[in-house]
Amino acid sequence: MAIEQLATDILDGAALRADFPVFDRAHRSGQPLTFLDSAASAPKPRAVIEAVADAYGHHYANVHRGIYELSEDATARFEAARKAVAGFIGAPSDREVVFVRNATEGINLVAYSWGRTNIGPGDLILSTEMEHHANLVPWQQLAAESGATIEYVGITDDGHLDLDDLQLKLARGPRLLAVGHVSNALGTINPIEEISAMAHAAGAIVVLDAAQSVPHMPVDVVRLGIDFLALSGHKMLGPSGIGALWGRRELLEAMPPFMTGGSMISKVTLAGTTWAEVPLKFEAGTPAIAEAIGLHAAIDYLDAIGMENVRAHERFLFQHAWDALSAAPGVRLLGPASPDEHAAVISFVLDGVHPHDVATVFDGHGVAVRAGHHCAQPVMARYDLPATTRASFYVYNGLEDVERLLAAIRATRTLFGVG
Amino acid sequence: MDNLYRDFILEHYREPHNRGTLDPHDLHFADSNPTCGDEMSMTLRLDDAKERVTDVAFDGRGCAISQASASIMTDELRGMSLDELRQLDPKDVLENLGVPIGPARLKCALLGYKVLQGAVIGAEARWPDEADVLAGGSAP
Repeated sequence: MAIEQLATDILDGAALRADFPVFDRAHRSGQPLTFLDSAASAPKPRAVIEAVADAYGHHYANVHRGIYELSEDATARFEAARKAVAGFIGAPSDREVVFVRNATEGINLVAYSWGRTNIGPGDLILSTEMEHHANLVPWQQLAAESGATIEYVGITDDGHLDLDDLQLKLARGPRLLAVGHVSNALGTINPIEEISAMAHAAGAIVVLDAAQSVPHMPVDVVRLGIDFLALSGHKMLGPSGIGALWGRRELLEAMPPFMTGGSMISKVTLAGTTWAEVPLKFEAGTPAIAEAIGLHAAIDYLDAIGMENVRAHERFLFQHAWDALSAAPGVRLLGPASPDEHAAVISFVLDGVHPHDVATVFDGHGVAVRAGHHCAQPVMARYDLPATTRASFYVYNGLEDVERLLAAIRATRTLFGVG
Repeated sequence: MDNLYRDFILEHYREPHNRGTLDPHDLHFADSNPTCGDEMSMTLRLDDAKERVTDVAFDGRGCAISQASASIMTDELRGMSLDELRQLDPKDVLENLGVPIGPARLKCALLGYKVLQGAVIGAEARWPDEADVLAGGSAP
């Protein structure tokens, strides 16, 4: 069954796959690899792999230390990567970008450093029922340790954050709102500009988990009006082990260090220590140097495509996949139906077949999807599901991948006798 | 994949043996598969000497592999002593399941075994070491 194409796709996903060596790999099914799990982690283009190899091969020394050419070279490349991240998310200054391992570490940095300075007994922390565990558990822990209360903004039946509930809870004066830009479990794109304005009017700062948005759409921290943003490099075609935290400079400057040790000091005596300037204050120890350089290459790759084009391409794929899945028998879809409110992350349930079985049968057809609770167990509980199957799309996907997904669904239903 | 979802697996999934909850019971435990959140509970009745299993039932929702594995395993438990249950080898559970299990589905296939161990030895029961179990030769 060929899908009728509604409009012209702005990107040729099949052509871009030539940039990603993983698609040359033979799959044990004998089928081509249909990779629909980019929301978990994305394959790497040759440009990123080569940038990492080149950094280790020809430009590697420790950064911010050596008084010799090679270290200056490595430092310049590492700091150029910081500038690239700042530019990519519209940060007013690259001094506001802290390299971390991933979005999880970025959020933990805020929870430990800002949180343990600014949150005390009786304070209220707001998170949401929609969060990935990475933007929920650190706040739960902070509340437990500080004596603060934590509450969660609810989700509507159709997968939106409940803004009425948010307004009610903001009226109680929380110090902080931890919210995701795009839900990894539902695909919902949250209206962050509006949410930030509401939170700030109530006196709360906003910590944005942007792990699922920065790779897939233009993101501008100033326009969003947020206070902190965390991202993961590995979800945006970059290496694993590198991510970034952006924070407003005055907040970062007022915060104590998260981890302490080498590199992050100004002066150490046995009597005490003063800290380096931000962002180095938050970068104790030797950082992920080659990985940061690899992230720079990933940003260059995405910038060459253009983030508006990435978003338009994914919107196109989402619309086709959503329409086809809506029409497919036995498929129940989660999250908002509008392509304006839903990223190309589609969580679904196949009646009568457990998501783990779905994923295993799909794998037999070369279709890689995520099955499970997506590190968002409260979302599963909200819809009384143990788990869902999730198909997520990126630049290298095309309509042929949507067709293979539908074929895999039909095969699964036939095998389980529910079709 | 086609080797995994054989007809008998799907039959156990649709109509599992020993499904439900025994009331009263001598032993009970519930646990979940950390990778998907599937929950399973198991109840066992023992003989008058509290030594051997007279009846067993499991309940919960899960995938075809976890349900079939628990269904097949529980069929073997009646008459076994508590010592024999403690010494049950997870490799034998996989072998009785009779389909190739790789690392991605190992916890599904051993969820019933894990819950049984919890019922017999308590909450300190641990998941078996994956590398040890897979070295048993059941992996594809």
